[in-house]
Amino acid sequence: MKEPPMRTPMRRVRGLGAGHSGTGDFWHQRVTSVAGIPLTFALFVIVIALLGRSHAAVVQILGSPIVAIIMLLFILNIAYHMWIGMKEIIIDYVHEDKLKLLSLMANTFFAFAVGFASAFAILKLSFGV
Amino acid sequence: MAKLEAGTTTSARRARPVSPHLQVYKMMLTFVMSGFHRVTGMVLYFGILLLVWWLIAAASGPNAYTYFEWCMGTLIGRLVLFGYTWALLHHTLGGVRHLIWDTIHGFEPAEREMLALATIVGSVSLTLVVWVIGYLAMGGPR
Repeated sequence: MKEPPMRTPMRRVRGLGAGHSGTGDFWHQRVTSVAGIPLTFALFVIVIALLGRSHAAVVQILGSPIVAIIMLLFILNIAYHMWIGMKEIIIDYVHEDKLKLLSLMANTFFAFAVGFASAFAILKLSFGV
Repeated sequence: MAKLEAGTTTSARRARPVSPHLQVYKMMLTFVMSGFHRVTGMVLYFGILLLVWWLIAAASGPNAYTYFEWCMGTLIGRLVLFGYTWALLHHTLGGVRHLIWDTIHGFEPAEREMLALATIVGSVSLTLVVWVIGYLAMGGPR
């Protein structure tokens, strides 16, 4: 196929690739993985601190501002990170168009559900409604 | 390079020479750790539901929370949590390895092997450390 001479390599690259988004996902996956390192460490500290405590104590600690903010950051960061990761896996292994689109859609639904359900629970614990 | 003309999607399905695939390569630790990274990622993708369940149970009330605690306290629950802990730590360490590679370091054969070994040894030891600390925090195994 002959490219029109006015098309630069940049023009051909833009918007192409299996995800139609260039290196955007790659970079965002790096950003969320770097953010995930301290957040994962913080999650371990929080979970261990809450082991075996009564429901009332857990609600109080999970709802306190610092813990709630860390939990929100963790879950939203992870929801985005796992959305990109599963998208990459689907693009790698699912080649049938209809199934691929459905899988990508299901992935988005799942990531949003995980992120928003957790965020709602944390905010409810925090605001105590 | 093979020429692809418009409207010849069927010819694209012709048998073409393929590059060597997984089965012809010797099993290497780096290769296994690469697979582990993706598999633990997929496990964590669904495993996050444990965290969602925990948060929703806490937000729902004492009964839901007690039920969650009971489920996680069973042998199966503890095994699932143990596996989740390992998967999370392994994926985190594997991620660090990938971030090191992103800086164009650690690609020499010995370095690659060392990083792969550090990932698995590190994730298993850290998992044990986390569980020991967890049990100590609870005042011993129950």
